[in-house]
This record gives sequence, C-alpha cells and structure tokens, in this order.
Amino acid sequence: MTDHDLVRAARARLTQAALGLARAALCVAGLALIPLQLYAYPLILVTVGVPLLLLVTALARRYTGFFRRWASRVLEVDIPAPYRLPVNRGPMTRVRTIATDPATWRDLAFLPVNAIVGVLCGVLPAALWINGVLGFVYPVIWLDHGRVYYVAIGYDTPGNFVLAPLLGIGFLVLAWWATPRAARLHATVARKLLAPSTTAALTDRVRVLADSRADTVDAQAAELRRIERDLHDGAQARLVALGLSLGMAEELLSRDPKAAQELLAEARQTSTQALAELRHLVRGIHPPVLADRGLDGALRALALAHPLPVEVDLELAGRPEAPVESAAYFAVAETLTNVAKHSGATAAWVRVRHAGGRLSLMIGDDGRGGAEAAEGGGLRGIERRLAAFDGTLGIASPVGGPTIVTMELPCELSSVKTSSSSGTA
Amino acid sequence: MRVVLGEDLVLLRDGLIRLLEAYDFDVVEAVDSGPALLKALVDHRPDVAVVDVRLPPTFTDEGLRAAIEARKRVPGLPILVLSQYVEQLYARELLSDRGGAVGYLLKDRVSDVRQFVDAIRRVATGGTAMDPEVINQLLARGARDQPLTTLTPREREVLSLMAEGRSNGAIAARLFVTEKAVGKHIANIFGKLDLPLSEDDNRRVLAVLAYLDRV
Repeated sequence: MTDHDLVRAARARLTQAALGLARAALCVAGLALIPLQLYAYPLILVTVGVPLLLLVTALARRYTGFFRRWASRVLEVDIPAPYRLPVNRGPMTRVRTIATDPATWRDLAFLPVNAIVGVLCGVLPAALWINGVLGFVYPVIWLDHGRVYYVAIGYDTPGNFVLAPLLGIGFLVLAWWATPRAARLHATVARKLLAPSTTAALTDRVRVLADSRADTVDAQAAELRRIERDLHDGAQARLVALGLSLGMAEELLSRDPKAAQELLAEARQTSTQALAELRHLVRGIHPPVLADRGLDGALRALALAHPLPVEVDLELAGRPEAPVESAAYFAVAETLTNVAKHSGATAAWVRVRHAGGRLSLMIGDDGRGGAEAAEGGGLRGIERRLAAFDGTLGIASPVGGPTIVTMELPCELSSVKTSSSSGTA
Repeated sequence: MRVVLGEDLVLLRDGLIRLLEAYDFDVVEAVDSGPALLKALVDHRPDVAVVDVRLPPTFTDEGLRAAIEARKRVPGLPILVLSQYVEQLYARELLSDRGGAVGYLLKDRVSDVRQFVDAIRRVATGGTAMDPEVINQLLARGARDQPLTTLTPREREVLSLMAEGRSNGAIAARLFVTEKAVGKHIANIFGKLDLPLSEDDNRRVLAVLAYLDRV
C-alpha cells in the first residue's frame, strides 16, 4: 500500500465514522415517530386521525425506507419493502390496510431497537478515533502543566509520555477495525427488522403463484378452444369434403369420366387446403423449426420471415428446457409481430443471452416508441405467459422511440451444444 | 433414372415408390432414417434423391442434414427435399453451396403429379425446384427493395416462376405467352436488378435466388 492509498483509506474510514455519528442522531430522532403513530390511531374516531395517520405512516415508511436502502447498500443485498398494497385508493381502505399490515407494527418495533443499535454503532467508532488522537495530544498538554488524566494514566509519571501515544495508536488501530464492522452490524440488525418476514415473503410468493397459475390455466384453455375450433372448421371439414368428392368420383367414373376427373381435381385442391391449414395450426402450437434447431435456428428463421430486417444476436451454451424455449420463442415472435404492426420501425434486433441462471431476451426497434403493456394488449399477454415461468417483462419505450423490450426467464441450459446452422445466418 | 428415397412414413414411402415407378424412375433404395440415407446416397450416387426433412432417429431435420452432408462428400449430387412446412432458413442452407441441382418443396406438391415429376427431372438435370411459398416469402421480404418495386406485375410473375426454377418454355406455357416474350421479360428483370444476364438457365435461377435472399 502506498502512502497515497493509506491516506485515501484513512479518509474513507473517517467519513464512515462521521456518517455513523450522524446516523446515530437520526436514529434517536426516529423515536419521535412512535408517539406520533400511536396518537394517530385513537384520533381516527374523530376523523382528523385519518389524514394524520396516512401522513405519519408515509413519513415513517420514508424513514424506514431510508434505512432499508442504506442497509441494502452496505450489505449488498436486495431488501424489498414488505408493505401490502391497498385494494383501492379510498382513505378508509388505506387506513385499514395500514393498520392490519404486520409490516406497520414491525416498523414501529424497529424504531427503538434502531435507536439503541444506531447510537452504539455510531458513537463507539467515533469515540475510538477521538481517543486515539488524544493519545498524541495529551503529552503536549502535560508539557504545558495540564493536570488531566488520559484513560487511566496520569501526568506525573515520565514513562507515560511514551505510553500515551502507544495507547493512542492502539485506539486508532481498534477504530480502524471497528468502523466498517459497526456499520455492518447496524445494517444487519436493520435488515432483520425491515426485510419482509419469511411468512410475509411466502404469502407474497403464494399470491403471485396463484395469480400466474390462474392466468396460465385460462390461457391454456383458450388456446385449446382455439385449436379445437380451427380443426373443426378447417381440416376436419375439408377432409369430409374430400371424402365426398372422392365418393362421387368413384360413382361417376364409369358413367361420366369427364365429371369424375373434375371431381378428382377438386378433391386434390381440397387436400392441399387442408394441409395448409394444418401446417398453420402446427406452427402456432410448436413451430417445427424450433424443435429442429432450438432458439437459435427458430429465431433466425423468424427474422428471415419478418417484413423488416431483423438482426439476431444469440449466444447460448446449450438449450433451455422445451417449455421455456417455447415460451421464449413465442414471446419474441409476438413482440416482433407488434414491432411490424405498430412501431413504424425500419429495422429491429434481437439479443439473447444466458447468465446467472436467467435467460434474457431483448428486442429493440427504431420505431416511434410509446409502447406499453396495456390491459388486453399483446405485451400484457406476453407478460402473463412469461409469469407462468416466473419470467418478467420490462419495456423502455419513450415517445419518439426507440423501444426496447426486455424479458427474463429463470432457467438452466442443458449442456448439449445447439448444433448451429453453420455459416448460414 | 436411378432414385434414392428417404421417407420414414410407410404410407408415404409406398405411395412415392408407386408414383416414381409409374413414371419410369428406378428406385434403387428406399430408406427410413438419416444415417441410412447418408450411406445410401454416398454408396449409390443416384441420379436424384427424394428426401423427407424429418427423419428418425431425432425426428428433427435429420434428412436435411444428411442431404447437405452427402452433397459435401459428393458435390453436385441432385437432391429434392420434401417437407411438411417450408423454412427459408433451410432453403438457404440447401442453396448455400451454389451448386444447383437442389429442390425444396412442400409435401403437398406431390398431389400435382405432373408438376412434381417435372421438378424431380429438373433437379436431376442440375436445375432448381423451389417451392412457391419460399419464393413468396422472399418476395414479401423484398417489398422495400428499390429495384424490386420497379418491376411490372408481369415481370414479378416471371421472376417468381423463374425463382422456382422453371425453364423459359415452362414459364411461357404457364403464362400463355411466347418464349420470346418471356426472354424479353427476363432481360428487363435482370437489367432492373443489375444482374449479369447469363445464357445458362440454371445459373440465371441461382443468380435470382441469391439476389432475393440478400434483400
């Protein structure tokens, strides 16, 4: 470590200690929120309590939010806010949600604990630093005939002139060691109290799963109905017609060969149409090229068939599981269809990567922007279907463009390398 | 004319054999899997092969891979690939060695027996047979391409028939015009697309396909 680094590190520690001291003051100030909140509840009976409670709760949540963010920065972990959302914006609903939310009461419990821990973790390192410096200052005061004690050693023993600075160094080393640890300790305690409790996290998870499962079941039922209808009105009807034409041709063959020939030609045409319809249907269920070539080939094939030039940039070390692969494919396909229909873009791109156990897909275009996942819209539908796999969808689309849609799906890749279509992309 | 057939569905395989034999083709071997197909193609070196894209053991694009591999080992081996669906990606892979003598058709096309047999013969003699659906996709994609938009509707028709691999005579018959008129249209098309006009039919087809694939 060079001198320069040492100075910089020392400055960082000292800043940290100073901030800890400031935080200690903030922790004590936070205690004021306890009576404020508790007074607001009985006041609900006389109406003024309602706005008061909403105001005080908002204030308290900002306060705990600050500590949540600070602790998440110190510990480098994500600390989600545990609050329940009110079902509507009515004041009484909000009051009821706040009052019945366990997180409200956990916040309240956090305040005194935070005051004690915050003061200890803030004052202790600062005191150590100050004591360390005093170890060098006191011998000077002693020389000036100051009659004061440093820790437990006095001004009257000559040896103490050496001992005091040594003790000071000891304090400084201790301060150096303790400063970051005190902050971490405080942050750990804050996290314990401010992060959603295991029960709350599980409840939340169950709600998300129940929602996404209901969506999935709905979507699947609708899909099956569509397939049934398509088969019934399409290929099935055509096969009936085909049988009819063939039967009649058989009948007519000896009596009127010319008419039989016409019927046969008709039958052939019907069979072609039936095949075309089946092909269309199969593509919508599971595109053959996806089965053949995985996401790589399927997305390239998609790009080739797209009316706009689409650049595909895909780097995957293997193939995701089939259902995830299919979901990812259809999500990209539908997004690209949206691009062609609504964006007014002249070009689009697709980027696919896998990192940290997540498959990430990005689709961008140079169109007019302003895309959003409106209820009943295509993007909302994609979001719902991705949710079945715990996937997420994000949209960045300022008015005027460009638009970037980001999707993430948690999944593992099978180690089999996708046999890439060599040099043809 | 000696033919190797690669098709795993018995119903279709028997049908194809019957059809081919009715038109005096000699089916030297009919196989039902990718590895067997590759071996048959390399061993027999047939005049033409008719191959289904999807074959065992993987039931993916085994047939296409065998065809491409066989053409690597026996350059210019004429192969007609049949599929339940068409993908431009696969058409591009088949055409990528620029050797010609390839075909890529929807299975549906076998129902028009005469056209189908025509396509086999064309591929066997070094020509090309691309499914109209491939060409449609290519043309739809080229909708923004400046030179393509300057073509007259008639010239577009000629262009798509030519891209499918049809000879001038066949195009003339199809459009009820003289071969000379077709020749004039083709000269105009090549002028507008700025392609070198070759005397050789096959080379012309490949030039048009390469052009369409690029836009």
